[in-house]
Amino acid sequence: MRTMDPPNITPIDDPVIRSIDPASDAMVVDHLTKTFVRKTLITRKTLQTIHAVEDVSFRIRRNEIFGVLGANGSGKSTLIRMMSTLITPDAGSISIFGYDVHKDEAIVKRLINRVSVEASFFKKLSAMENLLYSSRLYGRSGKSLRRDIVEILSALGISPDRIDAPLEQLSRGMQQKVAIARAFLTSPVMLLLDEPTTGLDPRSKKDVQHFVNRLRDEHDATILLCTHDMDEAEKLCDRIAVIDNGRMIELDTAQNLRTRVGLEIGNPAATLEDVFIHLTGRSIEELEIPAEEIVA
Amino acid sequence: MGTAFDPSPRPNPIGGVGLSRQMQASWAFVERNFFLVRRYWGWEIAFIIYNITTSLSIVYIGKAQQIEGQDLILYLGIGTLVWSYLHAVFTNISEMISWERWEGTIEYTMMAPISRLTHMLGVSLFSILYGLVRSVILFFVLAMFFDINLSNANLVGALTLMLVGSLSFVGVGIMAAVLPLLFTERGEAMTFIISSVLLLVSGVYYPIDVLPGWMQMIGQFSPATYVLEGMRATILEGESTSNLWQFLIPMMIIGLLTIPMGMFVFNTVEKFAKRTGRLKRSG
Repeated sequence: MRTMDPPNITPIDDPVIRSIDPASDAMVVDHLTKTFVRKTLITRKTLQTIHAVEDVSFRIRRNEIFGVLGANGSGKSTLIRMMSTLITPDAGSISIFGYDVHKDEAIVKRLINRVSVEASFFKKLSAMENLLYSSRLYGRSGKSLRRDIVEILSALGISPDRIDAPLEQLSRGMQQKVAIARAFLTSPVMLLLDEPTTGLDPRSKKDVQHFVNRLRDEHDATILLCTHDMDEAEKLCDRIAVIDNGRMIELDTAQNLRTRVGLEIGNPAATLEDVFIHLTGRSIEELEIPAEEIVA
Repeated sequence: MGTAFDPSPRPNPIGGVGLSRQMQASWAFVERNFFLVRRYWGWEIAFIIYNITTSLSIVYIGKAQQIEGQDLILYLGIGTLVWSYLHAVFTNISEMISWERWEGTIEYTMMAPISRLTHMLGVSLFSILYGLVRSVILFFVLAMFFDINLSNANLVGALTLMLVGSLSFVGVGIMAAVLPLLFTERGEAMTFIISSVLLLVSGVYYPIDVLPGWMQMIGQFSPATYVLEGMRATILEGESTSNLWQFLIPMMIIGLLTIPMGMFVFNTVEKFAKRTGRLKRSG
C-alpha cells in the first residue's frame, strides 16, 4: 500500500517565518463581524442584508487542528476568506501568530495558505505548470523546485506520467491533491482548509485526511478545517467550533460536545450529528447559498 | 515549518531579499502566461490568422485607393501593426482579472505574498513581449504581400516610440483592469468598449482631423494617437529621433500619470472588492 506522507521538501528560508514567536497563539479571532448588504444600482436602496459572521471569537493554539463545523451558508467560507485576506471584516480582528490580518496583510499572506472546496487551477495547465506558478509567487525557485513538485505529487499518489497532463484531465480527487501540494509547497505555518474533501471518493478523502494529520504532526503546521463532514471533524480536529447563521454557538472537543449534549438529550451514545442537530435545530445537509454569492 | 525562531523586529516581506523574490514573482506571471499561450495554441493560431487577414484586408483597401504621391499601403500598414501591438498590450493587461475569475484562480493570486506592483509588472512585461511577437509576425506577412519601402524610415525612432507608447498603454490597461474587479460579470464587456473607443479616436486608419471635434478632443488623451502619428512621421517621412519629442512628451506624460493613477485606482478598488466580497471566482 502506498504511503501518503508529506515529503521532506526544501524549506523556504523566510524572515517572516523566522519571526514567529513559538509561544504565541496561532490565531486569535476577536469579535469578528461581517455583514453583506445588497443595494439597488442607482438609488442605493437596501434590498437585502445578510449577517454572514456575527461576533465570533476564538483562539487556535499552535500545532492544533481546529475544526469549524457548520451547514452550507453558515458563514464558514466568509470566515476563512477573512482569514485569507480576501474579505475585510466590518468589525473585530483576526491575528495570525501575532500579526493582524488587516494591518499586516503582506506578512500574514506569507504565513498562510488555503485549500478550498474548488481546486481552483488553470485548467489547461498541468499540475507542474500550475505549481511552478504558485510556488514562484511565494519565493520558491531553482532546480529544487521541480524536484520537490514531483516528490510531493508522488507522495500524494499522482504518478509521474500525470504530472504534465492538463489538470482538466485529472479526476476531482487528483485535482484536490494538487491543491494540497500547492499549499504544502509554500510551507505555510497556518493552513486554512475549506471543505477540502467535499465531493471526493472515499479513498481520496482518506488520503487527504491522512496527509493533513501528518502535516500537523511532522511539519509543525497549525490547521483550521472548515467542514460539514461530521466524521472528518471528529477524526481530525482537536477542538470543534459549531457555527450557525454566522454565530459560533459552541466550542469544545468532539468528546466533550458528545458527552454534554448526550446528557442533555438523554442519549449517552450521541454522535456529533446529534450534537449538531441539537445545537442548531437543523440537519447539516440543509443547503443555503453562501452570503457573498447572494449579495455580489 | 522547521525554521528557528528569530525574534528580530517586524520583517518586511517586500524589501531586501524580498525584492529579488518580488522580481521572481513578476517572472512567474510571464512564465504562467507563456504556458497558457502554449496550451491554448489552437486559439493563438486562430487569433494570429484573424489578425493577419483583417490587416491584409485593410491594407488591400489602401492598395485599391492608392493615389500618386501617397503611400497609403504603408500608412494603413503602420496603423494595423501599431494597433495590433497596442491592442495586445491593452487586452492582456485589462483582462488579467476577468481571465483569473474565469479560471477560478483569482483568490489564490490575490492572497499570494506579492505586491500589486509585482503583479502588474509581470503581467505588463508579458503583454509587451506577446504584443511584440505578434507584431513581428504581422510585419513579415505584410512585407511578403506588399512591396514595403522602408529606405526612408527611421527604425530606431519607431522602436523608441513603440516602447514609450507601451508604457502609456500599460497605465490605461491597469485602469481598465479595475472594471472586472468592480463588476464581476460586465467588467470584461466594459474593457472591450474602451478598446473600441480607442480604436475609433486614435487615428489608426485615418488622420484624426477627419473626426468630429469632440472625438478629436478624446483622441488627444489616447496614447495611441501619438504612437501612430510618431510612427508615421518616422517611417513615412524619416523624421529623426531628435525631432520626436512632440510625440514622446505627451506619451510620457500619459504614462507618468496613468501608471501611478492606475495602481492607485486598482488598489482602491481591490480594497472595495474585499469589503463587498467581490474578490472571487465566477467561472
